[in-house]
Amino acid sequence: MAYDYEKFIRPGKLPHIWCPGCGHGIVMKGLIRAIDACGLKKENTAIVSGIGCASRLPGYMDCCTLHTAHGRAAAFATGVKMSRPEMDVILVGGDGDGTAIGGNHFIHACRRNINMTYIILNNKIYGMTGGQFSPATPTGDKASTTPYGNPDPAFDIAKLAIGAGATFVARGTAFHANQIDKLIAEAIQHKGFSVVEILDDCPTTYGRRNKFKSVIEMMNHLKDIAVPVKAAEKMSPEQLKGKVLTGVLYKEDKPEYCEQYAKVIERAQAAK
Amino acid sequence: MAKKVAFLQGNEAAAQGALYAGCKFFAGYPITPSTEVAEVMSVELPKIGGKFIQMEDEIGAMAALLGGALGGAKALTSTSGPGLSLKQELIGYGCIAEIPCVIINVMRGGPSTGMPTGPSQSDIMSAKWGTHGDHPAICLVPASVQELFEETVRAFNLAEKYRTPVMVMPDEIVGHMRERVVFPEPGELEVIDRAAPTVEPAQYKPYDTSFGDVPPLAAFGSGYKFHVTGLNKLPDGFPTTKAEYVQAEEERQVRKVEGNADDIMKWEEYKCDDAEIIIVAFGSTSRSARFAVDQAREQGIKAGLFRLITFWPFPEKRILELSKKVKAFITPEMNLGMATGVVKAAVEGNAPVLGIFRVDGEPINPGQILDKMKEVK
Repeated sequence: MAYDYEKFIRPGKLPHIWCPGCGHGIVMKGLIRAIDACGLKKENTAIVSGIGCASRLPGYMDCCTLHTAHGRAAAFATGVKMSRPEMDVILVGGDGDGTAIGGNHFIHACRRNINMTYIILNNKIYGMTGGQFSPATPTGDKASTTPYGNPDPAFDIAKLAIGAGATFVARGTAFHANQIDKLIAEAIQHKGFSVVEILDDCPTTYGRRNKFKSVIEMMNHLKDIAVPVKAAEKMSPEQLKGKVLTGVLYKEDKPEYCEQYAKVIERAQAAK
Repeated sequence: MAKKVAFLQGNEAAAQGALYAGCKFFAGYPITPSTEVAEVMSVELPKIGGKFIQMEDEIGAMAALLGGALGGAKALTSTSGPGLSLKQELIGYGCIAEIPCVIINVMRGGPSTGMPTGPSQSDIMSAKWGTHGDHPAICLVPASVQELFEETVRAFNLAEKYRTPVMVMPDEIVGHMRERVVFPEPGELEVIDRAAPTVEPAQYKPYDTSFGDVPPLAAFGSGYKFHVTGLNKLPDGFPTTKAEYVQAEEERQVRKVEGNADDIMKWEEYKCDDAEIIIVAFGSTSRSARFAVDQAREQGIKAGLFRLITFWPFPEKRILELSKKVKAFITPEMNLGMATGVVKAAVEGNAPVLGIFRVDGEPINPGQILDKMKEVK
């Protein structure tokens, strides 16, 4: 029997705004399956985003949804989670929103290890504004504001998250649709700040500027570059050149922020 | 039982006022000269099971504040000029998404880093025009430590009642001076909580104007599912660009404050009944003005003080009435003429408005005001 996605979709809110061939819908379906698998209650789940194509995702979800300002999802979500630690808080956003304008909030959410899950849909471009380069755009690539090739080096978002202190970091791709829900579900179940980077495609503003002839070609590219972590262990550096590791990249148990603050409350009340 | 009395700094009193009002959430970032507000909240909130978080920057603090408020908490942040500038985009978010919260902005010299430890009254225009777009503005400008306590309580009440961010703006002198504060008993000052939804979750719309200009706000995590955005929105909270909704919603958001200005505005008229010269002042400057009025009366000058306690909404109707029977207004302020311009607009040319402006980090003294009175023909 086909999976019933509609039980988590807000009635009357589709069709979505995403272009044909955009992978964001694939990620949303993965998120829905993950939320379902984890048994989250819709009214107890906050989905928080910033601004951009990916950040429109919460509006379609039948939960408590908060579409904030550009880059600020992690900071708003931190307030929601601190105020309501019993809620499940999931963040969704793009690479520009999360790692450029929102970069400071992102690294500090990682550092605090607050129990939330951040899904970053990395399509390497600012799609909503028409295709400007982001911190995830590879050097040399074309964007509307890098007509002669991008001079900037790109972030490795997963490495950034690990370096900043996130205690669960995973990476998938929009091509590997069946893996997305499993990565997100594991992230949700992890206690601490979890980051799931999904490599995504933007055929409209990135693909056509960078010699991808079709969506299929972009999807095949995601398929070609992805190497599961386990498989990579047996590969040489030469074989891994141009490849991207997928799966659970990092996992660690560390004190979670809301629990740490609960201890602050205990200490304050004991001293009273 | 005797009331609790304490010798408090203004910023400490602001924090105590917030606690009296039922504040359970603080998000902030250190900045002179407001940091003591955060420090007191970090001590007191965990004792009552509340939450204090120091965020990574001013913008993050404003964002966490709005998130905490959406979770149902009465929420506070404190800042000063540069921090206020950084918070402005999200203050606008609070206005359009209609999220109650209180911002204590202790005014220091500016622009930019300016004079961090010097007093100023130069953020009053930022309180109204700092964020882009049309939006409601409530700004309270207390003049004593006791009043800073009480106006912070009132700021929470106004935020909760009108579902909007409210600013309390003591100048640095009021924020850092120490005075005797008599703590009101619980129940002595009115404490207002936001209206809770009266409909079932399935029927709930966060901007349903059939409940009036201030629709009830549900809390995230309380069983209600709804959408919040910074885009122009429909009654159900979802984005729209439909002209008739956008126009009506923008007008309602402003109207809920401007239309209730009589409930929000507060001022004090001191010896204004027969006054020929009225000083319009606020904050610490109004204390010098009161002294100058008393001195002037001793010298036979019929002077009065119109002390603003609410700067926005501005009591322009009352100023206009008074303008018909005075020779002049004098507007001392620690900026280069911000309130003076507002008073000039209100008097509609009925009387001259003579400003006294200081931005050198020194307070305006009564002698300056008295000298200015003597210039009035």
